[in-house]
Amino acid sequence: MRYLPLSGADREIMLARIGVSAVDALFADAPSECLRDQAPDLPRRKGEMAVERALGQLAARNVSAGSVPFFLGAGAYRHHVPATVDHLIQRSEFLTSYTPYQPEIAQGTLQYLFEFQTQVAALTGMEVANASMYDGSTACAEAVLMAQRITRRKRAVLSGGLHPHYAQVTRTVCGFAGDSISSLPPDVAASEDIISQIGPDTSCVVVQSPDVFGNLRDLAPIAEAARRAGALLVAVVTEAVSFGLLTSPGAQGADIVVAEGQSIGNALNFGGPYVGLFAARSKFVRQMPGRLCGETVDAEGRRGFVLTLSAREQHIRRDKATSNICTNSGLCCLAFTIHMTLLGGHGLRQLARINHANAVALADRLAALPGVTVLNHSFFNEFTVKLAGRDAADVVERLAARGVLGGVPVSRLLPGAGLDDLLLVASTEVNTDEDRAALADALAAVLGEIAAC
Amino acid sequence: MADTRYTKDHEYIQVTGDIGVVGITDYAQQQLGDIVFVELPEVGRSFGKGDEAAVVESVKAASEIYAPVGGEVIEVNAAIEGEPAVVNEDPTGRGWFLKLRVADAAELGDLMDEGAYRQYVATLG
Amino acid sequence: MLNRQGRPTIAAGDSPASAAEHYTFTGNRALQQIEPLLFEIGSTERCGVDLDEPAPFTARLGALEAAAPVDLPALSEPETMRHFVRLSQKNYGIDTGMFPLGSCTMKHNPRLNERMARLPGFADVHPLQPVATVQGALAVMDQLAHWLLTLTGMPAVALSPKAGAHGELLGLMAIKAAIAARGEGETRNVVLVPESAHGTNPATAALLGFRVKSVPARDDGAVHLDDVVSLLGPDVAAIMLTNPNTCGLFEPQIVEIAAALHAAGGYFYCDGANFNAIVGKVRPGDLGVDAMHINLHKTFSTPHGGGGPGAGPVVLSELLAPFAPVPFVRKGADGQLTLVEQAGEGEAARAFGRLTAFHGQMGMYVRALSFMLSHGGEGLRQASEDAVLSANYVRASLADLLTAPFGDRPCMHEALFDDAWLKDTGLTTLDIAKALIDEGFHPMTVYFPLVVHGAMLIEPTESESKVSLDLFIAAMRDLAMAAKRGDAGRFTGAPRHAPLRRLDETRAARQPVLRWTRPQPVA
Repeated sequence: MRYLPLSGADREIMLARIGVSAVDALFADAPSECLRDQAPDLPRRKGEMAVERALGQLAARNVSAGSVPFFLGAGAYRHHVPATVDHLIQRSEFLTSYTPYQPEIAQGTLQYLFEFQTQVAALTGMEVANASMYDGSTACAEAVLMAQRITRRKRAVLSGGLHPHYAQVTRTVCGFAGDSISSLPPDVAASEDIISQIGPDTSCVVVQSPDVFGNLRDLAPIAEAARRAGALLVAVVTEAVSFGLLTSPGAQGADIVVAEGQSIGNALNFGGPYVGLFAARSKFVRQMPGRLCGETVDAEGRRGFVLTLSAREQHIRRDKATSNICTNSGLCCLAFTIHMTLLGGHGLRQLARINHANAVALADRLAALPGVTVLNHSFFNEFTVKLAGRDAADVVERLAARGVLGGVPVSRLLPGAGLDDLLLVASTEVNTDEDRAALADALAAVLGEIAAC
Repeated sequence: MADTRYTKDHEYIQVTGDIGVVGITDYAQQQLGDIVFVELPEVGRSFGKGDEAAVVESVKAASEIYAPVGGEVIEVNAAIEGEPAVVNEDPTGRGWFLKLRVADAAELGDLMDEGAYRQYVATLG
Repeated sequence: MLNRQGRPTIAAGDSPASAAEHYTFTGNRALQQIEPLLFEIGSTERCGVDLDEPAPFTARLGALEAAAPVDLPALSEPETMRHFVRLSQKNYGIDTGMFPLGSCTMKHNPRLNERMARLPGFADVHPLQPVATVQGALAVMDQLAHWLLTLTGMPAVALSPKAGAHGELLGLMAIKAAIAARGEGETRNVVLVPESAHGTNPATAALLGFRVKSVPARDDGAVHLDDVVSLLGPDVAAIMLTNPNTCGLFEPQIVEIAAALHAAGGYFYCDGANFNAIVGKVRPGDLGVDAMHINLHKTFSTPHGGGGPGAGPVVLSELLAPFAPVPFVRKGADGQLTLVEQAGEGEAARAFGRLTAFHGQMGMYVRALSFMLSHGGEGLRQASEDAVLSANYVRASLADLLTAPFGDRPCMHEALFDDAWLKDTGLTTLDIAKALIDEGFHPMTVYFPLVVHGAMLIEPTESESKVSLDLFIAAMRDLAMAAKRGDAGRFTGAPRHAPLRRLDETRAARQPVLRWTRPQPVA
């Protein structure tokens, strides 16, 4: 088999050196009634061609985003990833390397992690960032746990604009950890009064901006109110390109910022692998979960990088660790770093302007359709559309039947919340005028055919 | 003249009157390697004998420091928070961790004296 | 137990002469190039992406438009390529040479996996598209589940965890939910963890509010039934065992331990990090396991990527399956695959919640399935046999020179040595590891498991040729003999030939510098 270098002759020699006649002798500690005498009942091995055929057939049964006009967001965004990125992350020394525990032969990984941490800190407007979490949603839960450790309080307040998956993950993880979570109801109009929910027992408030409905939220008053109450503000960002055009959460007073980094450097991948960004004030660094890469020197005085402050982590503190995270998102971080290197701050701003301009153009087009209202006053590259009296999920199915992936019905994320007529529509730099026209025309046609029924 | 007692976890307590100065022994700081951080308790906290009172971290290891006897923390050594290397350099002097007002002097009797501790360390090899 | 075994982390100073004899003007050493930070060579005038100016538009950003771009420089495309290629050349990977990291299973990462994962039908698909448009993706998840269930002999699997530790969280949450459903949530709050366990085990248990009780390590490296039974009681929720264990041994009493635990009302969580030893040979379901995470990035060849991404699906017993979190794949009445996404209703009535946004690590599922399809059932079994064979070959070839903590006995897929053989040499396990770097190998896992002094855990995997194994063995033998001879010069100051020498980790921790900052002009 092409991945197994040992030949029959090799195996004989090796068995002889070990001093046993058959490999099953090495499985002697397994209970004999549990040692299987036959291979598992699974298909026979396949050469590359056969594997490509089998998986290619499965891939062909999916409608890829690039093959149709595409407008989905809701926490995962389709952006153009430059060819350089995918080429570099496939270099053997990046792809097949391990966590950099032996720093002398891992300076490649360690330096890009240091660069990644610097980029994330700058983008979020914070003092320090870690070397990634699994994704934005798990980073959000970890941030709440961190706020609990810092404040020694047990009640977290989640904004009604927080992505429902993020809220569910946070409730699940923090609930098991003994925290109480207050979730405000879905806040389509960004009109909730979260400040009145902050009390002396509050560890943190968690606010997303742009929120799941696309609204931009002013974090500064919330940060101030939290500080007065001795609580922390955790800011959440699910569209990393928005850092290019919006005032950073750090500049607005956030104590911890978590984000989904997928938009920069990483494909949609049906939901994973993604990359969680995690940044905080430097005074909280010892309470941060995840790996941290730091600068130092080697025995010849040359600058180098190492994983540091490891005593927070599971392999040293074990049951007193700040988190149980071990493997994180290495290659996805690298993709983020490379793409961010190509863009720089100016390029990211330009990319963000294109995103916003496209979204504004699309919003105007859709708002002109009868029965369609755009609800947001302000947004970045995603907004909420109200389809008067219609089931948005049904509309989306009909659009798909017409070859348009038109958005995410809010009911997919919040079923039974009375928001069935709302549709989340995202527009990034990948959308063209033709795409926008296709969506508008298809939507008009679908709404017309529903009305006619 | 302080009377110094030792625990099996390599804490020492130098007792004068009812005040005990607590830290880690030279053996402990050698075992841990270069110390990078010390987490000290708040002044005013009370511990029972054997409660976790502090944590000392080196790069590759972390150790809980247990209260050798019960008592109230009346002072902590802020200097080592900023300069943890002092614990390596002078663990029984400038590298002290905290001062306890000893609640029950009888608990001191359970601890090892200098000679017994030295013998104990010798067995650890 | 904490990790209390410190070791030197300041680089031993070397004679300045050795630096002088390597003098070059640039500081480069031929193909080993010094590469500055991108912030030191980039600028805001450059850009590696061509972006057009949008048509005029009226912004709708409210008052939240940033006044200026984020202060980060860019590089052009050629500079970016060079920057990261030069960085890559400082890294050692599985493609470079043998990577015998015990418990990590650094096997070959097939490139077919990469090609398959990049098919647009997998890579360019949004998780929230209508399910009718992603039937192929759901089919991948369904097929992966089938392979995992068949290989483990378990009835259910939760695919969503993003790494092994995330899977441990899922498993223990399911156990906690099952216990609460029995009305014992207040009383059953202890988790038993062997002293030899990986740190993620007690970290996970503590995170969920369990009290961790240690099961002591014994002289034979195994967990003993008696020790477990003495700790069992109505307060025990679960035991977390790794099998084969972190000492590389199949737990001989695992079936009896599971039975005793079940009789006492507890659940058996198995850490599946070492599954590579027994795939196709032993099914964890036959051992009494209630939940086990599988590291796709270990056992099923998805790349380690310098620290991720991983994937940690969890197989579950009948008792725990109802508590599995959302989302999961189901076949509808019409034969279409669909996703169950809401906890608390229908099939997910008792799901304990959700552990990640969206559906899990699809990119890793495709890679793992590609690997499984390539091997077939017979091939996966052969791979495990080769992994065990190779580890024992290394063990037997070094047994006369190194010391094994549990005597001369066969291991599973990894061979464990301690540092007793280094006594009186003045050298440590760390010195051996650093010298091994100069010999062209990534060191084995060192100082883990904690229960063995100066542990060296060697896992060759099935991907090593005999030529490669023989070279590794020869190098280890040479180092061992040099150590015993007192040839300290080979070791102190190693590595000498790596891109950097030993690094000052103490300084990194005492004075953390965690990001680049622009140097301030000298006043």
